[in-house]
Amino acid sequence: MKKILLGNEAIVQGALEAGVDFVSGYPGCPSAEVGDGFKDIAKEKGIYAEWSTNEKVALEVAIGASFSGLKTLVNMKSFGVNVCSDSLLPLAYTGTKGPMVIFIGDDPSCHSSAQSEQDSRGYAYLSRIPILDPSDPQECCDFTKLGFEISEKFNIPVILRTTTRVSHQKMPVTINSKSQILNPKQISNPKSKIPKGVFIKNPHQFCTMPPRVLEMKKELLQKIEKIRQFAEKSKINKVIGKKNKIGIIASSISYLHILEALKTLGIQLPVLKLGFFYPLPEKMITDFIKGKKKILVVEELDPYLENEIVRLAKDKLTIYGKDVLPTVGELDTDKVCIALSKITGKKFVIEKSKILDLPKRSARLCEGCPYWYILPIIKKVATEGTIFGGDIGCNMIAGLSPHNMQDYLFSMGAGLGISHGVGKATDQKVISIMGDGTFFHSGIPALINTVYNKSSPLIVVLDNRITAMTGHQVNPGMGKTLMGENTEELKIEEIAKACGVKHIKVLDPINIKELEEAVKEFLIKKEVSLIVCRRICALLLKKQNG
Amino acid sequence: MDKTFNLILRGVGGQGIITLLSIINEAAFIEGYDVKSSELHGLSQRGGSVETHIRFGEKVYSPLVSRGQADLIIGLEVLEGLRGFSQANSKTKFLINNYYLPFSGSLKKEEILGKLKMISKSNLYLISASEICKKELNNEVVSGIYLLGYAVNKKLIPLKTTSILGAIKKVIPEKYLELNKKAFGLAHD
Repeated sequence: MKKILLGNEAIVQGALEAGVDFVSGYPGCPSAEVGDGFKDIAKEKGIYAEWSTNEKVALEVAIGASFSGLKTLVNMKSFGVNVCSDSLLPLAYTGTKGPMVIFIGDDPSCHSSAQSEQDSRGYAYLSRIPILDPSDPQECCDFTKLGFEISEKFNIPVILRTTTRVSHQKMPVTINSKSQILNPKQISNPKSKIPKGVFIKNPHQFCTMPPRVLEMKKELLQKIEKIRQFAEKSKINKVIGKKNKIGIIASSISYLHILEALKTLGIQLPVLKLGFFYPLPEKMITDFIKGKKKILVVEELDPYLENEIVRLAKDKLTIYGKDVLPTVGELDTDKVCIALSKITGKKFVIEKSKILDLPKRSARLCEGCPYWYILPIIKKVATEGTIFGGDIGCNMIAGLSPHNMQDYLFSMGAGLGISHGVGKATDQKVISIMGDGTFFHSGIPALINTVYNKSSPLIVVLDNRITAMTGHQVNPGMGKTLMGENTEELKIEEIAKACGVKHIKVLDPINIKELEEAVKEFLIKKEVSLIVCRRICALLLKKQNG
Repeated sequence: MDKTFNLILRGVGGQGIITLLSIINEAAFIEGYDVKSSELHGLSQRGGSVETHIRFGEKVYSPLVSRGQADLIIGLEVLEGLRGFSQANSKTKFLINNYYLPFSGSLKKEEILGKLKMISKSNLYLISASEICKKELNNEVVSGIYLLGYAVNKKLIPLKTTSILGAIKKVIPEKYLELNKKAFGLAHD
């Protein structure tokens, strides 16, 4: 049966077909649809699914489930790997018990990402965790299943890495409609809605204390060589096309661009398509490049494959890559055609269109967004020269016109940490803005630091009762879980109080007078102060009212 | 159809672009074509420009339409429609909703329409879809579906009415099914 699926929906489908038991993650773009995909089906399919407080916790939760024997899927965007990396590296050492796939969505061209244009494939070198790199939704589904197989066979987590153009690509996908049946674990235990594993104590595997930790490293290196042998035989690395003195090596979305480019230019060249990014099938690559004069490596962002292939080629042939393709921004068929044209001498004339310099329509706050009340008031009351700390989420629109009130923007929760540094380093007044999602994700340690080490920023938490930017995911402030269950509603003001903040106000920002007075009053405080502006996201309100 | 049909669908976040894309995808699939599309979520959906690509034909590899390769550009807003120019060639049809959503620093509407006419020459179809949908159905969000009805009727897109109706049924929730069918039929009958 074929069904049109988004890349991320295909990952959910693949996980269902593999019989996933346990899902944890943190929403981001372009990865959020994977966690969201379990929202309505988890209970029915006998799966446990949660949005965790951040990616580090999400991974740790999954580690606990895997150690208890369950099949687990973790989901996050590129920067999430940075957050969870502290636990990712030891996980490579301990390995898994129940199989685990870690899905990571990269965003070349930063369509929906601040921070950096990250190529998460680099984590393969840091962690020595296998990485699979699908090109389209069909492969998203197939590679997810394969990822679980590899994980089960070698007791190691497997990273499934996509990019925006893979995750947000749609195509007809061949699916196994049998995956619609309930999870077998639930059938064997109909009383249990949620799959249960058993934690069998095994500190030899699960504790990374030295000197055992160095033994573990040796075991990991041996494991990777076994997986390399597996990769040499795997069908997801394949050669297509006829023999030629020129060859192409491509992965991810670049493989689709190269097929399109060969069609456009009307040339036939052999292509080695790599589904494995790590470990690489080195023998297969060596065989492919043997006897060739030129190789073009087509990959987005960093030249990881290119460097590996240069190493394997040992100066016997010319390797082209980032000398003819950009390191910044995503690739497309035109860019690949230009590169191919340079190497093959085949003429490529890019269709000339009239150059128009059109004004950019940047993101803005939605109609009715509560932030429309908050940002102008803060700006109005703040004395000249006030520093505005920004953070990730809808509130980063504060940096755009007409607000223009953002003096630094880094990673989730970073705004307040930087604000404390600015406060300690200068006598300037700082207002640090963050959303409710960010507060729970990583704002709390920075808040504790601010109180503990005594600086005096005014913190404004824009609590719109949801994690909005990534498509309305629940968070600990809402009293609801991903699976729709009621839970404790964590109050930002109570956490702030427990962290030692003495000056706290909670208000509805449409009462602009009250907001204005609160900002005025707190700006002159010699200690840290915090205002919670609590009003529901306008889009969510509209959705709730049908 | 001998060659792949390349469609660019543009508008402003919140105009129902992803839904329209899904309907066209499903209709092409119903007709037995291979189909690929590319969309964007997140920040770009917050009132910014949204550009999506749909390609269907015998065999489609890349989900992105190359420069100058679009057969049809559907713009749900005039300036966003004009932005499709980089994928246009001299034969590209422009089907543009005569709807203007200005922002600070935006071009004047007359200027946008002037540029659209200059680029598309005789291939411009400027349709007041939002206005008609608001008047007839009291709902502007379905203006994209209205434009799709127009495109099928004028053969700007090689898809059949029955496949689109089948696709609408598949994509649109029961509650809004009639509204969407009506919007499609308004320009089509």
